[in-house]
Amino acid sequence: MSEVKKRHSDTRMVPYPSQAIVPERDLNRQPVLETRHLGIEFGGLKAVDDFNMIIGRTEIAGLIGPNGAGKTTVFNLLTKVYEPTTGTVLINGRDTKGLSIVQTAHLGVARTFQNIRLFSQMSVEENVRIGLHNQIKYSMLSGVLRLPSYWKQERRQHEEAMELLSIFDMQDLADVRAGSLPYGAQRRLEILRALATNPSLLLLDEPAAGMNPHETEELMENIAKIRDRFQIAILLIEHDMSLVMGVCEGICVLNFGRIIAKGTADEIQRNPVVIEAYLGKRKEG
Amino acid sequence: MKAKRSKLIYNLVTFGVVIAAFVIMTIMINNKTISRSLKGQLIPICSWIMMAVSLNLVVGISGELSLGHAGFMSLGAFTGIVVSGWLLNGFQMEDPTLRLVLALVAGGVVAGVAGVLIGIPVLRLRGDYLAIVTLAFGEIIKNVMNCIYVSVDGTGLRFGFLNNTIPGIILLNGPNGAKGVKTISTFTAGFVLVLITLVVVLNLVNSRAGRAIQATRDNRIAAESMGVPVTRYKMMAFVTAAVIAGMAGVLYGLNMATLVPTKFSFNESINVLVFVVMGGIGNVLGSVISATALTILPEKLRFLQNYRMLIYAVVLILVMVLGNNPTLKSWFRSLFGRFRGGRSARENGTEEVIGRE
Amino acid sequence: MAFLSNLVNGISLGSIYAMIALGYTMVYGIAKMLNFAHGDVIMVGAYLAFCAAQYWGLPPLVSLLVAMAACTVLGMTIEKLAYAPLRQATSLAVLITAIGMSYLLQNLALLIWGANPKVFPDLISLDSLHLFGGELVIKGATVVTIAANIVIMVVLTLFINRTKMGKAMRCVSEDRGAAELMGINVNRTISMTFAIGSCLAAVAGFLLCSSYPMLQPTTGSMPGIKAFTAAVFGGIGSIPGAMIGGILLGVIEILGKAYVSTELGDAIVFAVLIIVLLVRPTGLLGKPMREKV
Repeated sequence: MSEVKKRHSDTRMVPYPSQAIVPERDLNRQPVLETRHLGIEFGGLKAVDDFNMIIGRTEIAGLIGPNGAGKTTVFNLLTKVYEPTTGTVLINGRDTKGLSIVQTAHLGVARTFQNIRLFSQMSVEENVRIGLHNQIKYSMLSGVLRLPSYWKQERRQHEEAMELLSIFDMQDLADVRAGSLPYGAQRRLEILRALATNPSLLLLDEPAAGMNPHETEELMENIAKIRDRFQIAILLIEHDMSLVMGVCEGICVLNFGRIIAKGTADEIQRNPVVIEAYLGKRKEG
Repeated sequence: MKAKRSKLIYNLVTFGVVIAAFVIMTIMINNKTISRSLKGQLIPICSWIMMAVSLNLVVGISGELSLGHAGFMSLGAFTGIVVSGWLLNGFQMEDPTLRLVLALVAGGVVAGVAGVLIGIPVLRLRGDYLAIVTLAFGEIIKNVMNCIYVSVDGTGLRFGFLNNTIPGIILLNGPNGAKGVKTISTFTAGFVLVLITLVVVLNLVNSRAGRAIQATRDNRIAAESMGVPVTRYKMMAFVTAAVIAGMAGVLYGLNMATLVPTKFSFNESINVLVFVVMGGIGNVLGSVISATALTILPEKLRFLQNYRMLIYAVVLILVMVLGNNPTLKSWFRSLFGRFRGGRSARENGTEEVIGRE
Repeated sequence: MAFLSNLVNGISLGSIYAMIALGYTMVYGIAKMLNFAHGDVIMVGAYLAFCAAQYWGLPPLVSLLVAMAACTVLGMTIEKLAYAPLRQATSLAVLITAIGMSYLLQNLALLIWGANPKVFPDLISLDSLHLFGGELVIKGATVVTIAANIVIMVVLTLFINRTKMGKAMRCVSEDRGAAELMGINVNRTISMTFAIGSCLAAVAGFLLCSSYPMLQPTTGSMPGIKAFTAAVFGGIGSIPGAMIGGILLGVIEILGKAYVSTELGDAIVFAVLIIVLLVRPTGLLGKPMREKV
């Protein structure tokens, strides 16, 4: 046989990740988030590896796993705090390769932080107004010169902010300095601030951390309420299993940076691999 | 709307204080009851207020430590002197007010352009590294101004760099600076400029852009995650401050018959920073008061001769040490807590200024 | 040959910067503060050595030791009185206090020694080195400066890496809270850091004035700022960084003044600093910063 000049000799073939699950109602709509073979290395350590996930338009999804499994790292990859070393993140079908945190936020991703990151010197209302930054605009000049557009848009921002604060009954706290709020209220404010950016995907990093069972119960209802009202997708990291099992439709379990199981709450609870990851291997004999 | 009202009151008090001071001073000038030394200081006080308020925009509102603010003042001052001299000698423009206005515009533009050029590299850095680079730029400006020679003759302006053999009337003479400047700055002009500065800074703080600047200060990553382009807003604060500092320089420079480039050294930048810190980080009214008080005070203490700066140093240290004493602090807060304005000093937020990580 | 001579002078000046930069960088690494008064400790050290030699007639080496001892005490006193009460305060408050301290030292010197510059006596009575058949002349002070710098570098490295106190310093600079929990006396460690830094500042002051014999209350300011720049240049908090940064800065300054422009010497130094920081935002040997999210 004569020499055939191969033009594709270097192509590495990889499986196209397709064992994704989404709620049936979102089946025929473009997913909010899709990741393919997503991974990142820190000095040789694969913190996240081959992470494949699809989230439907109105899905509430959960990302769980033991401490140090790489859950927050996934959030940082999705929001481009870290640039992934391998794989792709698609937000509303758009590849986020090379985009900055700000540009990714403009695509419709908003998040809260595990270690709360409020603008602590600013008031509660101002925090929400920062979320509205790209929703209700006017130029610096009209702000400095107090042109009519300033007054009009300020009023709109105020009304919108109050509307959002009413979701968690926080209107009365509007003028309080965010840093002086109690812990639970700070977590709720972070959610509202993220919501103010009008996202299509909301990432919540341990929203119930530090809350009492009653507050967690309330939060659970509110998460569902937010999804219903704004028709957005929510992905949450949480250690409180009552919350995860109560509100999440699809659940993804991460251990040592890899997905070890995907499924509904019931499936996950019965999955022996998951039980092993959380409780350790049962001693034989 | 409680916070809105207290902000409004704070702004009204700020403008009220400045306007009242201007009225009193004008009356005293007309009555001739003002002391000679105070009268001579009125215009410099206006410049230093502008410097302090603009630096507060960078350090307090935007949360970046800048140690080279005097550099922008220097650019403004010498641009103003050159433009004023050029208009007078090249165009026979006799009207001092028009010359002052044009000089102010030119000084503001030059300082603003420098602010953009310096801001691009500087604002990529964080914390102490940012501070040291602003210091470096301040020193470079001082050093370069030492080498610039400008003269005016029939054909227009002539520039020389490290070359003092240029024909015509010398406006800038390298390390010897400017001599025989026609002093056209007036107290009224200074007052108007201070008012403009206050309007710009206070309105900016309470607007969409101002909130974005403060959000960036409080938490950069969170601000980015909310889709706020942080570098753009840091730049906005930095350049606005540079323009104001440039205009302050014009006002200052056109009030002095002679001015040398080494006047605007690192020490002046530090002095302005002292005004800002003593007045309260982020507190605009505080900057106004402390810039005024700390400009007048050393003059008033002149009878102490060599002990003057010594006392100033001791006072500075004592204010810092006692002001940060936890017991005294809480006592003061209970005493003055009710009277604090909308943007009072941030107690904990400055950590990020020098990046204590 | 002129180039070699300039290079040697640059290394000598850089050695002085390095000694001062060590003080900045150690204090920054351990107490996390910019000690702007450090430059003025140099000036005090130089004045003390001057007095000891000129007025009290002590031999040069003893004068130097007197200055070192006095500056060590001075550094620890400053720390105790002005900085220690501000451990919990904002770093800007500490910075302003340091600036106040700098003014205080300068004005005390002004009151004690007056504004007129003093001519520092030639205390290093070492003959100049004549190399390459007399074409390259290296002054005694230059030789001593470079030699002193090497000695200090070696001793300090051994101290940091081999002694218990050195280990404590590394711990405190890594994580002050954790060090405290491990039973390390943080206050004593910080105090010790100031002592070492100020002691080195006295040496630097002595050597600086041996090469540039004009002594006045503001003598410490500019070398202070340059040394601070050198510390940042090398990566602030890093001891080898301060060494390399200091020497490079001295060489750049002297070569810049010799071959580009005397007037623009300082501008060149600062321009190089800016360029380095743009390429390596935390200096030559600084650890990259990564914010945990």
